[in-house]
Amino acid sequence: MLITCPYCGPRDVIEFTYQGDGNRERPDPASQNFEAWNAYVYDRLNPAGDHNEIWQHSGGCRAHLRVVRNTLTHEISSVAFVRGDHSSAARRKAEDKP
Amino acid sequence: MAERQSPLEPEFHVGSHGNFEHGVEILLTETRPGSIVQLAAWPGEEKKLMAAIRAVSGLALPDGAGGGLSDGAKSVFGFAPGKFTVTDEAEGLAAAFAKAVTPAIGTVTDLSHGRTAIRIAGPKAEWVLSKFFAIDFVLPAFPVGAGRSTTHHDVFAQIQRTGTDQFDIYVFRSFARSFWKALCHASEEVGYEVQ
Ligand SMILES: [Zn+2]
Repeated sequence: MLITCPYCGPRDVIEFTYQGDGNRERPDPASQNFEAWNAYVYDRLNPAGDHNEIWQHSGGCRAHLRVVRNTLTHEISSVAFVRGDHSSAARRKAEDKP
Repeated sequence: MAERQSPLEPEFHVGSHGNFEHGVEILLTETRPGSIVQLAAWPGEEKKLMAAIRAVSGLALPDGAGGGLSDGAKSVFGFAPGKFTVTDEAEGLAAAFAKAVTPAIGTVTDLSHGRTAIRIAGPKAEWVLSKFFAIDFVLPAFPVGAGRSTTHHDVFAQIQRTGTDQFDIYVFRSFARSFWKALCHASEEVGYEVQ
């Protein structure tokens, strides 16, 4: 499986660390809403198809990435920085081409 | 300044090795820069950091991921969004950057004692490195001056191409000797010279 890091380009999955379900929304740390915390910790969509995931390019640029991966085919349809403010970090166009 | 000891020393054997009867096709050496500095910009401050790099080192970074250049003595390359490695043959680079990179722009981390710089050169350099790293080493994909962050068996490595058939590899000092030994083994079949 290859993940195309927006900074580094296509890299083997061995360079990445899975950081969990990208659909989770962490409640405010001060929240006493136990249902919200329970949902954050345990509730998962577990879709057979496209899934929002967080991956870290731990063996590369170390950026955290939002990845949409198909759980049936492992096809990756989208990769973006979790933090959207890396304006000048986009890969050079010439290097984008396979 | 005190002479810095090389972590490679017990395994650093100057001369020709391996299958070199038909000539050596790989040159291996340790570049031993006096300074290795890592710079990181806060969000939105990357352009100011690049200007500071230009002011201190005289090197004008190109835009784009992994962009970099070298003037022979000093080198710089991007290795992550908003993050750059700068090296210099001379010591004192971290102190110079500590003045130029204000707390509002970003951070300066002195890695001069934390990384070991290994240079691999020669017509088979791409070929040997391809045995280590699952990245594209051909010139159009990895231009001269550019940098890459990648991993060899969980050993993090930063690689800068400093010539058409020359690469500088920065590895953790504590892993440097085993990485060096592996690099020597991988170069044996084409013949290599340690300088
Ligand atoms: Zn990356």
